[in-house]
Amino acid sequence: MSRYFTQDHEWIDVSGDVGTVGITDYAQSQLGDITFVELPEVGSAVGKGDSVSVVDSVKAASDVYTPVSGEVVEVNDALGDEPEKVNADAEASGWLFRLTLSDPSELDALMDEAAYQFYVASL
Amino acid sequence: MNDPVDDVETEAAPLTLPLDAWHRAQGARMVEFAGYMMPVQYEGIIAEHLWTREHAGLFDVSHMGQLVVSGERAAEALEALLPGDISALKPGRVRYSLLLDENGGILDDLMVTNRGGEYYLVVNGATKWDDIAHLREHLPDEITLNHLEEHALLALQGPKAAKALASLDLVPAFEGMPALDALTFMQAAPFMWEGRPLGVNCSGYTGEDGFEISVRAEHATALADVLVAMEVVQPVGLGARDSLRLEAGLPLYGHDLSPETDPVSADLTFAISKARREEGGFPGAERILALLAEGTPRRRVGLALDGRMAAREGATIMSGNESVGVVTSGGFSPSLQHPIAMGYVDAAHAEPGTTLEIEMRGKLLPATVVPMPFVPHRYHRKGDRP
Repeated sequence: MSRYFTQDHEWIDVSGDVGTVGITDYAQSQLGDITFVELPEVGSAVGKGDSVSVVDSVKAASDVYTPVSGEVVEVNDALGDEPEKVNADAEASGWLFRLTLSDPSELDALMDEAAYQFYVASL
Repeated sequence: MNDPVDDVETEAAPLTLPLDAWHRAQGARMVEFAGYMMPVQYEGIIAEHLWTREHAGLFDVSHMGQLVVSGERAAEALEALLPGDISALKPGRVRYSLLLDENGGILDDLMVTNRGGEYYLVVNGATKWDDIAHLREHLPDEITLNHLEEHALLALQGPKAAKALASLDLVPAFEGMPALDALTFMQAAPFMWEGRPLGVNCSGYTGEDGFEISVRAEHATALADVLVAMEVVQPVGLGARDSLRLEAGLPLYGHDLSPETDPVSADLTFAISKARREEGGFPGAERILALLAEGTPRRRVGLALDGRMAAREGATIMSGNESVGVVTSGGFSPSLQHPIAMGYVDAAHAEPGTTLEIEMRGKLLPATVVPMPFVPHRYHRKGDRP
């Protein structure tokens, strides 16, 4: 399984043709207390860079963009009652949605963990 | 204040306030607000919010403008610009008022304190330079306007605020001035703290009992240090200040109030004193008195939302297929655990209990008009504090 990152602070774990997407720990720390997560519809087709989810914090709503194109196959329903999971565990149990990748070559444009850490350090 | 980061666009580099280093040492996340670097949060907005409701929060609001208006007939001079009965304001009393333009539009909301012959004004940070220009232009020449730029302003808010401040053993600055524990909501007095002067107002922007303390800049750090050293006091940033004032139903200038809103639509008629309603003589009086008599087409109301998705500033308020208003402030209420909002709606839909919908990102969020405050005020009005 490989993990990739976007400049918009999403992560995606890829296993076979399924990717699991969330926001990074850095992103959740910047957003502060998360009070609501709007998740995409299972079955919806999404294109790389589309705003497919919204993370609401006390202060503001932030779009989450899908790192790759595909079809949404599962969403993290546990966030309905416990959106604060995204704060507590953004890069594991605070995942947002899973999708099947329609074009795995899109991953080539994403950052690996080391590159993302370097990117965050430069912000 | 939807997002303090975006609130004010200034091209100049942000200024720093007297407690800048103190905030950073406390672990604050600093953002630009009203032209200054300000703490938006320390531990986290929800934790700071709830702490203030249960204990006492210390807020740095030194970005706000502290002004002193003095001179013969200063009260009358202010009355030409505000709808409050300033000449009837007794020494040591504080009043909420509004700076109005010639049409009765709201230029700013402010607190006026009678400091015994001179009037101490606290105005919003983002509007203070415009306010100063407006006051300089409109106050008569014999009236003096001083900007207390060498003073910081700290707010200590919450049910434990009075006990915390009392432990500093403040001494009345002059003979005949009240003791700290004699101050009730909207009263003020000068004190000495270990030889350092403090102007203490029993007022705030959270709905809680508490104080706003004007302190010379060079003493601000010492005061902040001694307060947060107390177990019941923690520093609280601008983020929780906004969620607290929203729960308290208090409008925020630049969002819920603007030159396009009048005091009647804004549901601030309490700021138009009875005497002034009879006499008029304030800017826009004719229009405002007519609105008072006839009602306004729109009114500022509170809205309680179901679910967890918050309505934000600018969202359209719907009744069926009809657009009937707009949200001016909104967010998740940490105390109530559901989203709340303020907005302007057509008078026909402004009664408490009216069910409406708010359009957010293509969804219609059910909302009900509710009386404000959302969370009851707990000001200390009279009698002993618990």
